[in-house]
This record gives sequence, C-alpha cells and structure tokens, in this order.
Amino acid sequence: MNTNASKSVRDVIAGHLDAVPRSGIRDFFEIVSTMQDVISLGIGEPDFDTPWHIREASIFALERGVTSYTSNFGLLKLRRAIAAYVDRMFGLRYSPEHEVLVTVGVSEALDIAIRAICNPGDEIMYHEPCYVSYGPLIQFAHGVPVAVPTSIENEFRLTRDALEAHVTPKTKALILNYPNNPTGAALTQADAQAIAEFVIDHDLLLITDEIYAELSYDHEHISAASFPNMRERTIFLHGFSKAWAMTGFRVGYACAPPELTDAMMKIHQYTMLCAPILSQEAALEALDEPENDIAGMKSEYQKRRNYLLRSFQEMGLSCFEPRGAFYAFPSVRETGLSSKDFALRLLEEEKVACVPGTAFGPSGEGFVRCSYATAFDALKEAIKRTAAFLKRL
Amino acid sequence: MDELLKILKNNALESPENIAKMLNVSADEVRERIADYEKRGVIKGYQAIVNEDVLDIDRVTALIEVKVNPEREGGFNHVASRISKFPEVQSIYLVSGDFDLLLFVVGRDLKQVAFFVSEKLATIDGVQGTATHFMLKTYKHHGVLMESQDEYERLKVSP
Repeated sequence: MNTNASKSVRDVIAGHLDAVPRSGIRDFFEIVSTMQDVISLGIGEPDFDTPWHIREASIFALERGVTSYTSNFGLLKLRRAIAAYVDRMFGLRYSPEHEVLVTVGVSEALDIAIRAICNPGDEIMYHEPCYVSYGPLIQFAHGVPVAVPTSIENEFRLTRDALEAHVTPKTKALILNYPNNPTGAALTQADAQAIAEFVIDHDLLLITDEIYAELSYDHEHISAASFPNMRERTIFLHGFSKAWAMTGFRVGYACAPPELTDAMMKIHQYTMLCAPILSQEAALEALDEPENDIAGMKSEYQKRRNYLLRSFQEMGLSCFEPRGAFYAFPSVRETGLSSKDFALRLLEEEKVACVPGTAFGPSGEGFVRCSYATAFDALKEAIKRTAAFLKRL
Repeated sequence: MDELLKILKNNALESPENIAKMLNVSADEVRERIADYEKRGVIKGYQAIVNEDVLDIDRVTALIEVKVNPEREGGFNHVASRISKFPEVQSIYLVSGDFDLLLFVVGRDLKQVAFFVSEKLATIDGVQGTATHFMLKTYKHHGVLMESQDEYERLKVSP
C-alpha cells in the first residue's frame, strides 16, 4: 500500500487553486440540504416558471430537429435581436455581426471577459459585497482581485472615493454589478457618471454585469457604459436568467468593441464552442415581447419587496430599501450575532434559510441576504418564523 | 388595473394587513378601498374555485349556443336578460360569430339540462335555435389549472 497516495494526489492540483476559497453559499447549501421542511429565502433565482411561450418555442425547435452547433458567436438572428434590445433598453449600439457574443450564461461571459484582458499580476477591482464568482475568476486568470468594500452608509452604492482608495498603477479593469446581488442596491445617475469618469481618468476597462437591469423599482436603470467615451472601454454583460426566469437555459451574452469581442471569442470557441442551440432559440423567443413577459413578474417582486421591508421594520430588523434585483439585505448587527451565527440559528431553530452576508465577501458581515424570489405564501411563513426567532433572542 | 384588485383577483382571502404591506399603505386604507369597490359594484362578490371533478359530484355543465332574432328595440338585451334570470344559467355572453348568445348551464343530470333547453330556452320568443355541448372534463378554470402537476423542486440555496 502506498501511504503517500493522498499527498501525491494533492500535489497534482494546480497551485493557484489553493488561494481560491470554496463558495460560502456552497457550504451553507450542504447544511440546508440535510434538513426537511425548510423555507428558503436563500435562492438566487426566480420562483416563476419560464413564460410558457418561451418554453413552447424551444419544444417546437426540438421537434423540428434543431439540435446542431451554431456559429461560435451564436445564431445571427439572436445576435440581431440582442443588439436591437440592448440599443432600446440601455441606449448602447453594437454590431450584431462583430460585437455581440452569445455565451453560456453571464457566468461564462464574465470568465472570458476577464481572461481576455487579464495579464498575470494585473489588478482587477470589483465592489463588495458581490456575486461569489468575481474574485475567483480573476484568480483563475492569474490576476489580483481587489475588492472595494461598499457600506450601508452609502446604501451599498459604489463611490468614487472608495474607488480612488484602491486604484493603483497596476489596475486594469473594474467589474460593476448594479442592481446588485446580494444587496439589491442600484446606482443613481450621478453615481454611474462618477464611476464612468473614474474609469476614463484612470484609463481602465469596465466589465459591467447588468443581469438584474430589468428588475429596477421606482427608477430607471442607468448603465455606466452609456456615458460618453465609455463604449470603447466597456464589456457589457447581460442575459436571460433573471428577468425572464430562464436560469436553467444557461444563455447570456457579451457586447464589446470588435477587438475585445475577438479576444473573448478565442477563448469561447475553444472552450464552450457555442451556447446550446435550444437555449438560443428560447432566448430569441424571449426577445419577442420582453416587456410583456417581465412586467407581471416585476410587479409581483415589487409587492413582495414592500411586504418584506415593512415586515422587517415591524420586527425591528433594520433594512435599507433595495431598489433592484430580488434581494433584501437586512442588518443583523443589533442582534449581537454574526451573519453566520444568525443564519445558522435561524435555520436550526425556525427552519428558515437565508444566506450569511459574509458569503459575498467580508464587508457582508452584519447582514444576511433574503431573496424574495419566493412564493408569497412561503414568504409570509418565513416572516412569521423570523419574527418568532427575533423575539426569543 | 389597480394593484389592489390584481391581488384580490389572485387571492381574495389575502388579509388587509398583508395587502397593506405589499402596497405600502395602511391596512385601514385597504379596507376602505375594498369597501368602496364593493359599494360601487366593481367587486361583485367572492367565490372559491372548486375542482368538482375531484368531488365526484353528479352534476353536469353544458355550454349552449343560442341563435337569437334581435328585436327592433333592445336588440339582444331583452332576450339575454330573460334567459339570465333562470337559476340554471351560470354565465351568459353576447358573442360574435355563427351564434349570438353563449350560455353555461348546470343541471343535476343530462335529462334536466335537456328539459331546460327544450322546454324553457327554445320556447322563448326570439330564440331561433340552440346547440348544446356537455362538458366532459375541466382542465383550467378561471386561470387555475385543475390537475396539479408534480412540483419541480428547486435548489434550496443558490448563488
């Protein structure tokens, strides 16, 4: 028997992976999955089914035998529809032939965007708390992740001051994600403009992940990419998962000037080859009447958000008003518990799952993420249980 | 449509307190607005959506097409109003197409509905002819699917 077996197996794992932590969400999921009758506010995906006409269109495509590869860029008719939609919704013009790349969700788009621009040792900034993959993807690309903390004092909006405190001559790019997962924060026009000016002044690239753009409440979403001179230095990322409730279809896209698109394409063509054709057909159908599909779900999210905020208020949990996405990010500081202990005890004692803010970076300490992409009856029960839990503390 | 009405159309049993939180108003305001809708006849009543197929109730529903000779004064309204008054008639609509009135009629059994059609409906002045379709199975009623499908279970925690 070779007693050194485990050591040698570990030795074959790539060294730079040691620095990459496991996702905190994954850890929490392991605990939740062992329990029965849990009401979950921990889900980062819509509880709605994909609108039927979109599902029906992909069934029809399957029946027609649409099961082949597509162009590496994605179906041209889909890229045309995407370019038209991005122009209409964000005021950004991209050529469907040379500047739109259909990807396997925004996750892949983020990965190839970062790998396309990052040399070893380049610093890439992103604001935090943030989606779990930004830091690790930068590490996979041998870059240096630079987290810029945002705080409740600014309602988790990214300020120029915070950016200036973290920029160095090695900074290559900034990743932006508003409306934000996990905080629900959104940028004002002035915020977006200040960020755009910062990016230009320091000659950086902007990677902007606007997956929650359609889910903006009581205000118009504004993209930092839409300011003068930003287009040529921006990789714009979007997809269908959230607003159309299409997470499992895994289809997103990246829009960028031709040189950047070509660079991303090099990675995409040798790794993914193309996004699944059935998902592309579904995405095309989703762009047929997007406003119709989204309006009903958005109005439902907004009611749930209001309900959750007022309920938190009543039970004495302070929470700033989320202006986008489908997350509330209440503070648990006054309970004296850490984010993780709060989430663990709420799960064990009341079987309500929420995600500790620290899963989204150290600056998430003192907060928990509650998703209101949860059926209203479940939301009511979760609130009842959480109130009972707080009363006992 | 007003958000309050949308909520009630979806679930009329939702409490004024919960609705108040959703709409960011007070519970008293919700109560007042509902009372006002009731008074103005916007809200005509509240009913449960019952899946009768599960209950094994011996009762039949028929969809009846009715051709009507419109009157010089009053058009279809007079005849429709007379037909509406029969308690057997659950719903009645004026429609475009090959016939004029569309009725939903319930009865204890086939015989009773047939009796209603031949003795009461067909004999009304102005009714030219009828065609009766008995309903065999309900798939969807008032926007609600009657056969519940197995719920697909999502992950409990996801990024």
